[in-house]
Amino acid sequence: MSGILVVTEQTAGVWNRMSFETLAAGQQLARTLGKSASAVVFGSETGPLAAELAGYQLERVIALEHELLGSYTADAATGALSWLIAKLEPDVVLFPHTYRVRDFAPCIAARAGHALVSDVTGFHVESGVLVLERLLFQGKLNADYTSSVLGTVFASVQASAFRADTLEPGTAAVESLTPPLVAASIRQQPEPPFRESARAVDLTAAELIVAVGRGIHEEGNIALVAELAEALGAELAASRPICDSGWLPMERQVGSSGQLVSPKLYLAVGISGAIQHLVGMKGSRTIVAINKDASAPIFEVADYGIVGDLFDFVPALIEQVRKAKNG
Amino acid sequence: MKILVAIKQVPAHDSRLFIEPTGEWIEENDLGYEVNEPDAYALEAALQLREQHGGEVIVMCAGPARVSSTIREALAKGADRALHIEEDDLRHWDNLSVAQLLAKAAQTEQPDLVLTGLQSDDLGFGQTGVIMAELMGLPHATLAMSVEVVDGRLRVKCELEGGWFQYVSMPLPALVTIQSGILRLRYATLMGIKRAKTKEVRKITPAELGAAGEPGITLRRIYAPHSLKQTQMLAGSVQEQAAQLVEKLKHEVRVI
Ligand SMILES: Cc1cc2nc3c(=O)[nH]c(=O)nc-3n(C[C@H](O)[C@H](O)[C@H](O)COP(=O)(O)OP(=O)(O)OC[C@H]3O[C@@H](n4cnc5c(N)ncnc54)[C@H](O)[C@@H]3O)c2cc1C
Ligand SMILES: Nc1ncnc2c1ncn2[C@@H]1O[C@H](COP(=O)(O)O)[C@@H](O)[C@H]1O
Repeated sequence: MSGILVVTEQTAGVWNRMSFETLAAGQQLARTLGKSASAVVFGSETGPLAAELAGYQLERVIALEHELLGSYTADAATGALSWLIAKLEPDVVLFPHTYRVRDFAPCIAARAGHALVSDVTGFHVESGVLVLERLLFQGKLNADYTSSVLGTVFASVQASAFRADTLEPGTAAVESLTPPLVAASIRQQPEPPFRESARAVDLTAAELIVAVGRGIHEEGNIALVAELAEALGAELAASRPICDSGWLPMERQVGSSGQLVSPKLYLAVGISGAIQHLVGMKGSRTIVAINKDASAPIFEVADYGIVGDLFDFVPALIEQVRKAKNG
Repeated sequence: MKILVAIKQVPAHDSRLFIEPTGEWIEENDLGYEVNEPDAYALEAALQLREQHGGEVIVMCAGPARVSSTIREALAKGADRALHIEEDDLRHWDNLSVAQLLAKAAQTEQPDLVLTGLQSDDLGFGQTGVIMAELMGLPHATLAMSVEVVDGRLRVKCELEGGWFQYVSMPLPALVTIQSGILRLRYATLMGIKRAKTKEVRKITPAELGAAGEPGITLRRIYAPHSLKQTQMLAGSVQEQAAQLVEKLKHEVRVI
């Protein structure tokens, strides 16, 4: 097969929504390269999901089914998809850059003798060569990568870099395939997923959020940001390292492993803006960032930015907010 | 248990980065360096496993002469010995060839467990450990929050998206990639720092390992990111900045 193969992700019949962003990226890449895109959904029962994919503009949809793909393991996913890719020989394989893809996609590329370009944010063609864009230094810099070997290009696509609402509808033929998996080759034994504790704080409902990051330096300083939140009538949230340190409870964490929020106002205090944080708050209506580093990636999504020391700015802001509210 | 930990040296977290005039890489001359953050947690996890089960912790780092400081620090924290894979020009190696290099070096030790960080703070591929597992024929788990050995098998608590977790178990030898923030990191003691000076650092070159950096993917150029939004930067004194922001919050965002 020449063209683009998009690998989608589902768990027990429920899509990981990044599948659709990756499909959109696949369609866009197909148009850019003048090729066609196909998609694969893998699992133990994929019929309804494959039928859903067949409603998009794709050359074909592959339902890759095996009972050993029922609960995800890296070994089964690698075995099944490596078999499919060797059979189809696509020009490009695209994955969503999910936590699960991190777990198996590097194995697939390595098994094929290739390097995977992970966490891609965009692509373009330069003198006939496909250039893949990704971030370096936790989002501080961009980089262009090219593949200098022949054969399949492997890439995974960053969360929210492509828009699922650009997907073109169409009709595609569905094909069911069974990979040759054997139970003995699967070494990981997964237990059922669980949540640590019930969430007492629902940040998703908050209209205003003040979020604090590692720029706060010490646990004792959190009180300063809490005071700002109180003055504004906002919920207090945090980046991951703050919750990891136990300075605020886990349920106040925003990001890919915390809550996904979209308040009217998100005020980020001393947060650098790593992608795992951004995906959790990018959809906020207005974003304000205070950071002493003008090149912090948080400013790329901010509507209003203040470059400065939070320990100078936050007290001044608290005072003026109080004045405005009382006056 | 023999535990091998792959630690990478990266530019310090708060470094100001300048792009070389050629656009190929950043200016390295005035940079400070430190251990990649999740790798510090991988080392801590290894040291705690050694405390529980006995054995040996070996750290492994590929890079130029400057990485010795990071190796020394790991030895001072309690690693028993180290493997320094000497290579000045790693930036022209792609992620697959770096993983091949590390896998070959790891195989000279025949470890029971290999730990890596889940992602490097500079290149951010999030792949090296997983590729190593594939090349070494080891079972693996990623995004580990905890690692325990139960009845000779490994049981790993893995992070899933959106606040979910899952335990995965597998036979040893195995490879696990470690998430940041999962443990409290220890500091090096004065005694540790003294002892580190006497610990073995085995130096080895890619040529001796039969590895070469043939890049399958090439970093062409680096550049400053373009803003996704029209960010309005508020200027002036702190008081003026705060006043401007309050104005905006009142009249434009309408939340005051
Ligand atoms: C798989 C995975 C999942 C993750 N999930 C999440 C997640 O759900 N949520 C999340 O937040 N992160 C998550 N992370 C971590 C993420 O990659 C970043 O490490 C984290 O978001 C950084 O937090 P931070 O911005 O608070 O800290 P840092 O990156 O250390 O940034 C601190 C910022 O404060 C600024 N600063 C310092 N001092 C001052 C001062 N005096 N005044 C003003 N500014 C100052 C600095 O310039 C810097 O920009 C995840 C990572 C991985 C790999
Ligand atoms: N040069 C290196 N030396 C030692 N370990 C490395 C090196 N490069 C990557 N690693 C390990 O691989 C992990 C993931 O890196 P990456 O795939 O670049 O995100 C790091 O956290 C390290 O544990």
